[in-house]
Amino acid sequence: MRIELEKRPQVSKLFSYLSPLLALGLTIFFGAIMFALLGKDPVEALYSFFVEPLLEVWSLHELLIKAAPLILIAIGLSVCYQSNNWNIGAEGQFTIGAITGSILPVMFHEWHSVAVLPLMLVMGMIGGALYAGIPALLKTRFNTNEILTSLMLVYIAQLFLDWMVRGPWRDPNGHNFPVTVSFSREAVLPEVLASGRAHWEIIFALVAALLVWLMRRYTLKGFEIAVLGQSERAGRFAGFSSKRMVWFSMLFSGALAGLAGISEASGSIGNLQPSLSPGYGFTAIIVAFLGRLNPLGIVAAGLVLALTYLGGEGAQLAIGVSDKVTRVFQGLLLFFVLSCDTLIHYKLRIVWAKARALGGGPAQ
Amino acid sequence: MTMTIAILLTVITAATPLVIAAIGELVTERSGVINLGVEGMMIVGAVCAFAAAQMSGSPYVGALAGVVAGAGYSLLFGFLTLTLVANQVATGLALTILGLGISAMIGENFVGAPGIKMQPIAIPGLSQIPFLGPLLFRQDLFFYLSMALIIGVNWFLFKSRSGLKLRAIGDNHASAHALGIHVLRTRYLAVLFGGACCGLAGAQLSLVYTPQWVENMSAGRGWIALALVVFASWRPWRLLAGGYLFGAVTIGQMHAQALGLGIPSQLLSAMPYVATIVVLIAISHNRRTTLINTPASLGKPFVPER
Amino acid sequence: MKKLALALAASAATLFSFAVSAEAADKTKVCFIYVGSKTDGGWTQAHELGRQQLEKELGDKIEAPFLESVPEGPDAERAIERMARSGCALIFTTSFGFMDPTIKVAEKFPDVKFEHATGFKTAANVGTYNSRFYEGRYIIGQIAAKMSKTGTAGYIASFPIPEVVMGINAFEQGAKSVNKDFKMKVIWVNTWFDAGKEADAAKALIDQGVDILTQHTDTTGPMQVAQERGIKAFGQASDMISAGPTAQLTAIEDTWGAYYIKRVNALLAGTWKAEQSWDGLKDGILTMAPYTNMPDDVKAMAEDTQRKIESGELHPFTGPINKQDGSVWLKEGEVSEDATLLGMNFYIEGVDDKLPQ
Repeated sequence: MRIELEKRPQVSKLFSYLSPLLALGLTIFFGAIMFALLGKDPVEALYSFFVEPLLEVWSLHELLIKAAPLILIAIGLSVCYQSNNWNIGAEGQFTIGAITGSILPVMFHEWHSVAVLPLMLVMGMIGGALYAGIPALLKTRFNTNEILTSLMLVYIAQLFLDWMVRGPWRDPNGHNFPVTVSFSREAVLPEVLASGRAHWEIIFALVAALLVWLMRRYTLKGFEIAVLGQSERAGRFAGFSSKRMVWFSMLFSGALAGLAGISEASGSIGNLQPSLSPGYGFTAIIVAFLGRLNPLGIVAAGLVLALTYLGGEGAQLAIGVSDKVTRVFQGLLLFFVLSCDTLIHYKLRIVWAKARALGGGPAQ
Repeated sequence: MTMTIAILLTVITAATPLVIAAIGELVTERSGVINLGVEGMMIVGAVCAFAAAQMSGSPYVGALAGVVAGAGYSLLFGFLTLTLVANQVATGLALTILGLGISAMIGENFVGAPGIKMQPIAIPGLSQIPFLGPLLFRQDLFFYLSMALIIGVNWFLFKSRSGLKLRAIGDNHASAHALGIHVLRTRYLAVLFGGACCGLAGAQLSLVYTPQWVENMSAGRGWIALALVVFASWRPWRLLAGGYLFGAVTIGQMHAQALGLGIPSQLLSAMPYVATIVVLIAISHNRRTTLINTPASLGKPFVPER
Repeated sequence: MKKLALALAASAATLFSFAVSAEAADKTKVCFIYVGSKTDGGWTQAHELGRQQLEKELGDKIEAPFLESVPEGPDAERAIERMARSGCALIFTTSFGFMDPTIKVAEKFPDVKFEHATGFKTAANVGTYNSRFYEGRYIIGQIAAKMSKTGTAGYIASFPIPEVVMGINAFEQGAKSVNKDFKMKVIWVNTWFDAGKEADAAKALIDQGVDILTQHTDTTGPMQVAQERGIKAFGQASDMISAGPTAQLTAIEDTWGAYYIKRVNALLAGTWKAEQSWDGLKDGILTMAPYTNMPDDVKAMAEDTQRKIESGELHPFTGPINKQDGSVWLKEGEVSEDATLLGMNFYIEGVDDKLPQ
């Protein structure tokens, strides 16, 4: 018996919508089994994971706070991945963006002006973009694999942040702990609604999603990204340069990651410290794939993933499962999404050996 | 024992898991499949090896369990990327996340358990050679296996028929398929081999390097192993050199600190990663050598046309 | 049909959780937030053991839920707020990085009480607590100087924060009180918790000639290396004797249980006040693991020093002490201020390392 894939003549629209739901369903099903094996009531567990976080306004705000950086970074990554540039270093670009964006509040914290915040955000974007420019340069000039260069740069960025925050940028009144001065009020990203902590980063994320969606749908650039991602040769015939796309996609995603970085430092924390990111840059990669590189899908995926984080925390208190369950859940979700996605492009056929031998075919 | 030998022994212990994991991934990538789940497979191997050693009392049983666990886990990756033609980058990442979570869950019961260390085996005769003897021939099984793997894989890839077929698949799976080579079957075997090696490398971590179980004890070594494969231009002997270079830099930076050289520790800690980037540039620079050695189908999905 | 079933199930679950929480409403909730895993064998596990002691002692009056592996940074504030909202009367936030989040949440919930470990910011409803680990370090410094034949110790340090610098200085003070020329080699591993790195650091130190090891990191990596190489070492955060049966001389055990019980009793009696507490050996917030693998005279010296510290007769940081640059820090007989120690960013004379400034 063998599983065979038959390419569909057209991408299945039905499965484009059904696949993520199917994946979610499978995750919940296997998650329930896992909870039962751990000795917990599956219904209660799933409820505290997926439903409870949605029941309070406070919790909804937290959902948006958690989802915002994931969506923002993932939108940028989607442009990269679609054009076949595998930027795995978003975490590093996030970190560097946070650092460059913090130059004003840390080094010029006496300067009180409305202009501080917008400048911070712009500088964060520039920092992230420049840092992503390194793997872009290495790829276009020296042909080095961007997966590895961008990944190595993540570690370097984190060590740099650590050095900055323990050394030159350490708060002189901070009892020598590795934290910078707290950002002044003008330098903090304000909240959107008074009912909770959600700040402007979620707006940035949604705007970015909208812009990229428009770009993909209605502009030549969007077409260029799709074509170059599918086939570099075809792109060249159309006059598109894959080298320039490397630069565009990497700088774009670096800028968004950098924006996320400074928004987190400014809005969620209020200063710079080594534990700036609980791995947003890497989680965003998952979000990008869960959202199937589509901006609207990414918004949904970001919210779902944020839900699992909040749910996992709540479940720890409500039913006493350990936090490791959250990671297993997320891994399962990603696995099922990837598996179910096959159904979009291919029809699954189970072939029985006997039938094959009769049918003949290329000598195996 | 002189200080030089002592330091070299430390470097060997540090380099061995990198070499083992990387050589497995090298074979996988040579067949055209990129498996970013090395970290996940290593940590799963580490926890299963530790658990098996605890329950059986023997580190050898543990090592075997690590190998089986790594291979079994990679089967999941193979199924998704080869049969279901899922995106290899995403699947590999999923493997890593899931692996870190599952290993933490399995390992919860083993935290604090006293480790069972695999003892070195002295090779009679050879281990008496001055300097090289204690260094190379009084080592544990993992070291011997790492050397055997390098030699074996090198022979396999470049001197055997099957190896030629595997490399052909990696360079151009469509042509290989047209020539009647079993693309999917070979790739499955390559992925399994890679998984087995990663599991073995993980076992080294929990049975020799630091005989205990600690969450996330792979500490990013899987990612270094991935870098090593590219660093080595997918050639086994260069991989060996790279692994030891990396191990030497890691250990060297500690010694630099202990000697009081006054260099910021973050800079020293960054050295291995900077070194990797520098070498990556150096070797990729020459487009010709890169193209000759890079498996051209790396990462591209293969679906046999009917 | 499926939807109906699901809705019924969901409502049943809601009713169920209401029932459960209604039952529990009679007991006071005392909550804990951990930065690491409760089975990490180090810092967090020690707090968890303290929490378990608390539950055992006062389990009829309180319940003690906890959240583990909460990363410092943006997630912390949410986690702390979650606990405040779930009805906790007193919340212990057990890592320095939770400081600002604790203060922020405390502002929003003035009726909830908070205690933050190893921090320095307080409020009307926020106290801080810490343990005088340096007392333990002084003792082990003395033991080290007595036991070492090469006169050099290896120190595996995590991050150059005041806590760690204080520890190094206290160790050096203790060592100097026995051997004026005692030396130390420091390796900064930039992690609290990485067995492989710590083991590598231990090997490097031993290869460079130290014959006694101490650490300010949490895994048993270095202890295992010490055991294997036949040298002596000191455990950290927990008793590491099982990893080093003939290697461990003693360990500084974090024993938070007594402190937690004390504070919760105060809460229950209505006498809880926000304060900056810094308990030491005499309060039982840290405990020295049994002194073993050493000759009787060394053991006697250690016990004697411990007694003197507990009675207040001896303060590890008593002058004359100079800073590393030679300037005078403490004059003869002068005892260090707590505030200086809590913000310590300088080495004392004799420490052979450069602090990142």
